[in-house]
Amino acid sequence: MTALRLHRLRKIYDNGFEALKGIDLEVAEGDFFALLGPNGAGKSTTIGIVTSLVKKTSGKVEICGYDLDRQWEQAKRCVGLVPQEINFNQFEKVGQIVLNQAGYYGVPRRVARRRMERVLKQLELWDRRDQVSRRLSGGMKRRLMIARALVHSPRLLILDEPTAGVDIEIRHSMWDFLRELNRQGTTIILTTHYLEEAEQLCRNVAIIDHGEIIEATSMSRLLDQLEFNSYFLDLRRETRVVPDVPGYRIEVLDRTTWAVAVPRRLGLNPLFQALDERGIEIVDIRQRRNRLEQLFLQRVGRPMGEAA
Amino acid sequence: MGRRWIAYRTLAGKEIHRFLRIWPQTLLPPLVTTSLYFLIFGALMGPRIGPMAGFSYIDYIVPGIVLMAVINHSYANVVSSFFSAKFQRHIEEMLVAPMPNWVILAGYLTGGILRGMTIGALVLTVATLFTDLRPTNPLLALAIALMTSLLFALAGFINAIFANSFDDISIIPNFVLTPLVYLGGVFYSVQLLPEPWHRLSLANPILYMVNAFRYGFLGVADVDIEVAFLLVGGLIVVLSLWAWWLLRRGVGIKH
Repeated sequence: MTALRLHRLRKIYDNGFEALKGIDLEVAEGDFFALLGPNGAGKSTTIGIVTSLVKKTSGKVEICGYDLDRQWEQAKRCVGLVPQEINFNQFEKVGQIVLNQAGYYGVPRRVARRRMERVLKQLELWDRRDQVSRRLSGGMKRRLMIARALVHSPRLLILDEPTAGVDIEIRHSMWDFLRELNRQGTTIILTTHYLEEAEQLCRNVAIIDHGEIIEATSMSRLLDQLEFNSYFLDLRRETRVVPDVPGYRIEVLDRTTWAVAVPRRLGLNPLFQALDERGIEIVDIRQRRNRLEQLFLQRVGRPMGEAA
Repeated sequence: MGRRWIAYRTLAGKEIHRFLRIWPQTLLPPLVTTSLYFLIFGALMGPRIGPMAGFSYIDYIVPGIVLMAVINHSYANVVSSFFSAKFQRHIEEMLVAPMPNWVILAGYLTGGILRGMTIGALVLTVATLFTDLRPTNPLLALAIALMTSLLFALAGFINAIFANSFDDISIIPNFVLTPLVYLGGVFYSVQLLPEPWHRLSLANPILYMVNAFRYGFLGVADVDIEVAFLLVGGLIVVLSLWAWWLLRRGVGIKH
């Protein structure tokens, strides 16, 4: 069963900008899927079309087997959206926001109350249910948007940058929550600037750039394509001469720090052996970029945060 | 209970709760303003102005002032609430949900009508402090008040769809609605006007609503009541179709 199927999806905005150039994409039910791309690549447009916030120019969207044009009520009922920007009524109370959203999906009030309690407790917002939403902290607002998206029990949850601006502790607890949700059967599509997040959580990935899908594969297969790993090496003493170690690219950052591109086929041992033979002592080693970030740069040619 | 009914009830309930929650902004000011109208134009100046169409001046202006309140607040409720939903982007809560466009429209209109009619009833209650006026045809008065409220709630909705800033939601009420209401025979009979003002007044749709409502109280009107109902009914159909079409096209709310 496919949770999401896009067929030749195209979007041209009124100003003539072609945001999507006829993309095809499939996300299997139960998947944890990353949709990655630099700013302006077409991620938000794709999500906007799937969630009916953006009108497509042409193409077909199928959600849990329902055609979004012809069976739009069934299709929409399957989706929950956690948008990138805060978009709830800042003057309403936390509990009321969640209850209203359940009502919009046609969930009877009695059932909605039970679900509201469940999702607010899961996201540690139950104590805040009578608080006006604008008084919540940034992290709580993000969690409220997740609670709101889950109250109608969607089969497909779309999260657009869910942890942007959230501190590391809350981010990790949100990861645990999303993992558990996925384990219980909810398909999750995630866009994020934190590639570590995508690498940690997602089983499959698509990279979109300039309105086209340039890669759609499993995370493990994608990471296998990685040619280099990048590391920082901290040296015990200043070393004026940079050794030439065949196959490795060494860049001097300061007197005692080097950045090294390590070919995956060679690994680290030959490098350490060569440095040891030259009397160069390494006191620490750190990963320069996470693997997915490295691969993303390799594929797209610029980092995530940069505009397409 | 059907899902659409639940969605409608949720939105309508939210809209009603909104204007009740902020009652010092929504319900109180019109009571103060209209009390001043009754005091100044009715009790203080009325006896000097003399009778109008065979009725005391305060009796003559009460229906017009009540309907003026209904018009302004039905419009204001929908235009401010829907624009605010656009501005804060919580309109997206409805757009992602399986809510047909007509349910969204009906929810907002219900809020507008309820606020307009509530304020109309409150203003009428305040009027009893100044006059013992009773409607001669309450059903007719109620029908035209409801239809007028619906019409201006629709107009407010369309204004909010096209609005891009808070200025855009105040231009129509200030520069179109207020002059039309004041020139719509609220404070005078258009029979008193010389030409071409009399003829020009007949082109003002609010004149027909005010006079039909007044007819429900006093049994007199400057216009044909059937024409008034047909005009208001026709405008409701046109604006309903327009609002629904705008929602369907996603004008002002979808890229």
